[in-house]
Amino acid sequence: MPVTAPFDPLTSPAVLTVSQLNARIKGLLEAQFPYVWVRGEISNLRIPASGHAYFTLKDERSQIRAVMFRSQFGRLKFRPEDGMAVLCQGRLTVYEPRGDYQIIADILEPEGLGALQKAFEQLKEKLYKEGLFDAERKLPLPVRPQRVAVITSATGAAIRDILKVFQRCPFPLTVTLLPVRVQGAEAAPEIARALRTVNDLRHDFAWDVVIVGRGGGSLEDLWPFNEEAVARAIADCAVPVISAVGHEIDLTISDLVADWRAPTPTAGAQWVVSRLEDLERHLTDRIQRMRAALLSLVESRRNHVRRLEARLRDPRRRLIDWRLAVDDRLERLTRAMGNRLHLCRIRMDHARQDLERLHPARRIAELRLRLETLSRQLLQLHQRDLRERRLHLQKAAAQLESLSPLAVLKRGYSITCKLPEKTVITDASRVHPGDTLRILLARGEVTAEVVETREEGLKD
Amino acid sequence: MTARKKKKIEKFEDAMKRLEEIVEKLEKGDLPLEDAMKAFGEGVELVRFCHEKLEEAEKKVQTLVQAEDGSWHTKPLDTQDE
Repeated sequence: MPVTAPFDPLTSPAVLTVSQLNARIKGLLEAQFPYVWVRGEISNLRIPASGHAYFTLKDERSQIRAVMFRSQFGRLKFRPEDGMAVLCQGRLTVYEPRGDYQIIADILEPEGLGALQKAFEQLKEKLYKEGLFDAERKLPLPVRPQRVAVITSATGAAIRDILKVFQRCPFPLTVTLLPVRVQGAEAAPEIARALRTVNDLRHDFAWDVVIVGRGGGSLEDLWPFNEEAVARAIADCAVPVISAVGHEIDLTISDLVADWRAPTPTAGAQWVVSRLEDLERHLTDRIQRMRAALLSLVESRRNHVRRLEARLRDPRRRLIDWRLAVDDRLERLTRAMGNRLHLCRIRMDHARQDLERLHPARRIAELRLRLETLSRQLLQLHQRDLRERRLHLQKAAAQLESLSPLAVLKRGYSITCKLPEKTVITDASRVHPGDTLRILLARGEVTAEVVETREEGLKD
Repeated sequence: MTARKKKKIEKFEDAMKRLEEIVEKLEKGDLPLEDAMKAFGEGVELVRFCHEKLEEAEKKVQTLVQAEDGSWHTKPLDTQDE
């Protein structure tokens, strides 16, 4: 480093005051480093109300204070955090009243990961590969976390916060503190040992859950919770572990291994309380549901009984009903019978009328009348016929008269009949001598005896 | 009808499980009335058991310390020792 010549009080023109010295240093430094790039890791970043960012840049062996004023800091595209490796461009300045020198950063750029960050990532990777973060490894959290072991500092913010929350818990709680250091080199072994103690004594003290953690701090402060020993102790603990480290944004290996990660110690304690409250609510709800279910069951059975009761009636009432029914039937029967009889009667009357109308006497009278008419007609016809016949006869008789053999007789002819047959003889061969003959004359008759017969007549 | 259960439930989680079963069974509503009454009695008993368990724990804040002989015991924690 190019510096001025060694200070020699003897060769020096005068002894300097502190102010003069600081002023000179200031002049030298500021002249020498008006513009410098420096690589380092951010640590102890804090931003007071002024909005300026104060932090330390450091590497393995050395560190330098730095400040970035609000105007530049607000324009950064990333969010500087503790543990972050950065490239910083700035100028050196000396704060004379304190003799402090620091770098005033103008530009800040992230540069890979810081060493701690790197260690964190490496351990995370390793444990992840071993399956220590697997969901199946996580123990179920207790339903009733009433005996709580707390592994943290006896004097830190975490235990205060936790006890503050537990004081408001409406249920009795037993909190057992296992005091440990939570920062520094001894912290991780102590925390791991406490976790093993909890595991070993879990049957004696019957802890339901362990809360392990601390309040907020820098990445270095929280570092014990990123140590492998702690992570493994958490993984091996048979009592469910709640990791409650720092603030909400701080994520540690412990958080990843633990059975549940509480964002803060307060949140861890609140979980315990709300779990108990939930349980109480749950129990209340169940008893209400049981009561309601039983009531509705009883109600439904009651309704059923009522329905059956309504159907189950006094048999005497049925007797009355039957009696009424019988009466009713009887009445209907009587009415029906009466109707039927009436109908029959009407039908019978009709029949009788019909019968009367068809009585044979009437028919006989009619027939008789008809007969009389007919016989009268017959008589008349007969008489007429007689008359006609008589007339006809007279005519015929007159005719006959003219044709009568008697008339022939008058003219001298006669009729001979053989006796006793009285057969008219027209052939002489039919009679024989000795036969008696009756000879009819125009007037009277003669009985004669055959003397002789001849075949030949008087022809010539 | 004090529920003289065949197997006395001792673990809180078992009690909760049994309670859930009973609630579900009751809510299904097809239990014979007698059984329902019995189940309800048992359920009430379980809730009482759970409540007792909830109240059973002592409200105390203690520190775990190891004695010279290696045995562990607790002593009240003075929360004010900041």
